[in-house]
Amino acid sequence: MKKLLTSTGMLLALMAPAYAEATKIGVITTLTGPAGYLGEQIRNGLTLGLQATGVEFELVVEDDARDPNTGVQAADRMLNEEDIKILTGIVFSNVSGTVVPETVDSGAIYVSPNAAPSSLAGAECHPNYFVVSWQNDTLHEASGAAAKSLGYTTAVALAPNYQAGIDAIAGFKREFGGEVTEIFTGVEQSDFAGEMAQIRNAAPQVVFQFHPGGQGISFLKQYQQSGLLGSVPMVLSEPSYDGVILQAVGPAAVGLTGTTHWNADFDNEASKAMVAAWAEAHPTTPLTTYGQQAYDTGLLIGTALNAVGGDGDVEALRDAIASAEFASTRGNFAFGPNQHPIQDWYMTAIEADADGNPVIVTKDKILEARGDVYSADCQM
Amino acid sequence: MILLFEQLLNGLQYGVTLFLLAAGLTLIFGIMGVINLAHGALYMVGAFAGAWVSIQTGSFWAGLVSGLAASAVAGILVELGIMRRLYARDHLDQVLATFALILIFNQSTILIFGRQPLFTSLPPVFSGSVEILPGLPYPTYRLFVIAVGLAVAVGLYLLINKTRVGMLVRAGATHRQMVRALGVNIKGLYTAVFGLGALLAGLAGVMASPILAVQVGMGDEIILATFVVVVIGGVGSVKGAFVAGLFLGMTDTMLRAFLPTLLQQVMPGPEAQALGVGISSMGIYLMMAIVLLFRPRGLFAAQG
Amino acid sequence: MKREYLGMIAVFIALALVPFAAEWTGQSSWVRLVGQALIFGMAAASLNFILGYGGMISFGHAAYFGIGGYVVGILFHHHAAGTAFLGLIPGTDQMLITLPAAIVVSGMAAALVGALSLRTGGVQFIMITLAFAQMFFFLFVSLKTYGGEDGIMVRRTNSLPGLDMRDRATLYWVVLVCAAAYYLFLRRLVQSSFGQIIAGIRQNERRMAALGISTYRYKLYAFVLSGMGAGLAGALMVNFLRFASPDMMHWSRSGEFMIMVILGGVGTLAGPFIGAGVLFSVEVTLAKYTEHWMLPVGILLLLVVLTARGGLMSLIRRVTGGGK
Repeated sequence: MKKLLTSTGMLLALMAPAYAEATKIGVITTLTGPAGYLGEQIRNGLTLGLQATGVEFELVVEDDARDPNTGVQAADRMLNEEDIKILTGIVFSNVSGTVVPETVDSGAIYVSPNAAPSSLAGAECHPNYFVVSWQNDTLHEASGAAAKSLGYTTAVALAPNYQAGIDAIAGFKREFGGEVTEIFTGVEQSDFAGEMAQIRNAAPQVVFQFHPGGQGISFLKQYQQSGLLGSVPMVLSEPSYDGVILQAVGPAAVGLTGTTHWNADFDNEASKAMVAAWAEAHPTTPLTTYGQQAYDTGLLIGTALNAVGGDGDVEALRDAIASAEFASTRGNFAFGPNQHPIQDWYMTAIEADADGNPVIVTKDKILEARGDVYSADCQM
Repeated sequence: MILLFEQLLNGLQYGVTLFLLAAGLTLIFGIMGVINLAHGALYMVGAFAGAWVSIQTGSFWAGLVSGLAASAVAGILVELGIMRRLYARDHLDQVLATFALILIFNQSTILIFGRQPLFTSLPPVFSGSVEILPGLPYPTYRLFVIAVGLAVAVGLYLLINKTRVGMLVRAGATHRQMVRALGVNIKGLYTAVFGLGALLAGLAGVMASPILAVQVGMGDEIILATFVVVVIGGVGSVKGAFVAGLFLGMTDTMLRAFLPTLLQQVMPGPEAQALGVGISSMGIYLMMAIVLLFRPRGLFAAQG
Repeated sequence: MKREYLGMIAVFIALALVPFAAEWTGQSSWVRLVGQALIFGMAAASLNFILGYGGMISFGHAAYFGIGGYVVGILFHHHAAGTAFLGLIPGTDQMLITLPAAIVVSGMAAALVGALSLRTGGVQFIMITLAFAQMFFFLFVSLKTYGGEDGIMVRRTNSLPGLDMRDRATLYWVVLVCAAAYYLFLRRLVQSSFGQIIAGIRQNERRMAALGISTYRYKLYAFVLSGMGAGLAGALMVNFLRFASPDMMHWSRSGEFMIMVILGGVGTLAGPFIGAGVLFSVEVTLAKYTEHWMLPVGILLLLVVLTARGGLMSLIRRVTGGGK
């Protein structure tokens, strides 16, 4: 498969001489610290996505250590010294806060594979700024809709006490409509025994929780250990049950309901090609939605570069990206007025495979062609 | 009532984990006068080594032994190779050196184990829960953690108060110069204390690994709370570390569990939640500030 | 003495030429690199005044850095939205107002923290300053109006009458002038009778008290002055980054300032600037070559501690053959 893709790329390269020179793409992402695996997923996904389009490219990767100062320093060097016209890769909103304005103000393009703070989605939207992942709020609206469609009316919703967590619970409540008990957890909390007792005491029909990364691992393990798994159903949005989290918690995740914009069992050509390419390139690492978002980002950038013949004409490249004419691994994909995605959301079940390990199985589509609420404030 | 009891147990369990970390740190601090920021890194070493071996062998107990061994060896190597040269130096040089050690430990862990958190599971014996009160099932493993923590506390008490080594440790914590002047093999004592501290940190790491995410940087998150325990308890005092650890563990859990509900009596729900969690996140620091304002040297200051 | 002045002027001129050098060599990101290093250097130098000269080891210095930064961020936010802070104070984007405001507000925060913390000493002081900084951190994380964890964007650098602050080199020179002025201020401060008293308290607090000096009050003044310096640095950083976030006051940032001071040389005027410059540029340069840059940085720091007692300044002195 990979060979085939590479040879098509070479064929294309022969047909159009403009492709001969590799386009440099700047990747600023988080590779150190507990969240380092997210940056690794994004870097690897981008590489495979770009390879799949056959474009000639060179990735310039730098670690931002989740620090806005380090991130903007890397952006400055890429934009002004290496003359890179297209940047991507950021995991965390705080790094976007410095890098995105710097990039678009200097006339270059930023395409986000993950971070999508609401501050950049509304009035501060920009023609050179694109988001391929999702807008934060929609992630959790999907979970609310799923819990509602399952017929639940009372819920306990838990999230860390920072902006993304508060937004998560708000998004869940918006679509759920039932009675919700809110519990905010600590920003760096890792022991949730107290919360487990509160959940048991409240005895809701369903639990919704948003805890990405390490916190999510701790939460799921302790949910099982406290005996709640199996007695109170749980609905979660995709950052709280990515492939790496599932690998770390094992059987403690079986029986949960998830919501996502993509899953490994999607039946479209692009997704199948990606899953195969990932399995070949990274056999021991599970592919997560972070990797998938980055792969889609790679497809989008690569397709646009192919269409306009490199990054010589940034405006043409921007228009090519805005048209979003690429075969997304999630099926339907379009940009809304603020250049954030309009896409479908699905409900998934986490089931046990033959060895008892968790595997995510796609169920129903619960939201269709969903954009975000901030696009109304965006004037471009 | 049952909820309160359950939360007390949760607090106790968090408290003994803090104690395991703080006991080693306070001894190292009190006896060698070293501010060891890298103590959390040794906790991480224990957790990673334990988790990795238990994945390979399928046995939690093999993991426990290897986790203890790995952290103790790492601690002793750090003492022999680096800390030994820094005892005579300024506190600040030790801060810089141990900060450098955190960077080295974290990055080496990424190089060895990769960036993904490791899978861990409960030992089968302790995977269930016991009904300790009617209508209150409690995870057996957490009871096991509490038991281990209390056993270590008793063991340390006996070691420090009933043995010759313990006598030297006590003397070292209160009259450092005197012990040195008496011609005791202070070098050996220092290495032993550092190794013991690392071993206890590793034990905390292995015990926490089935409950928490085993990931790079896990030690950096808990090291602050550990320092708070050491300072509230009084530098150099294992008794202080025990009392402060349990006190802090319980207060932290209680604040998280009940403060938001209490605040809801006087203000609207969501704001009460946000404020309640905000205050409980600051809780341990507030407590330290209050304790230090009234007892500037902590609860059980060893050194005058 | 004369040699020192010549050296200072030479360094200032060399730094002032950085934007030109960057343009000639094509390494245009140097301007930002040196600018950020200068600002970190100011923050580290402000810490060094109480840490190195006063013997007060504050582990919460990033709080004042962050508060200074948030003053700029919040004032800009209200300026852009046309609203007023707490319904009373209108926003502004004038640097001549925002910088002094940042200095005053961070000074007030430092006065509050210092007044309580200075009742303790030693390790307890380290921990209590950290505790207060953590409280500020959690406060700003939960401030939804100002972006919470995501931070607050300052879409345009503050303006100074007569200057085009959108020009990178101009902004750099403004930072350089501030840094130089702050350096000279600290130099005067250390040599003043106030500075002598502070140093005296570090060496022997009891003796100073016996001389009839209210040591608590002097230490508090020093603490507040130092917090103000960090606030100024934070305000400049937000102008430079056009962004403020709770990262600015995270405890690891406080640790970083401390590392910069120790690496450069505790209790020396130029040390913190050298420490900040070396640490930041080594990090950035290594990150360009390897994802595992933390490992060489850690080893490098360890080597410096083990081989150079007194930080890089002592190495420099050894090489240049003594002198002050």
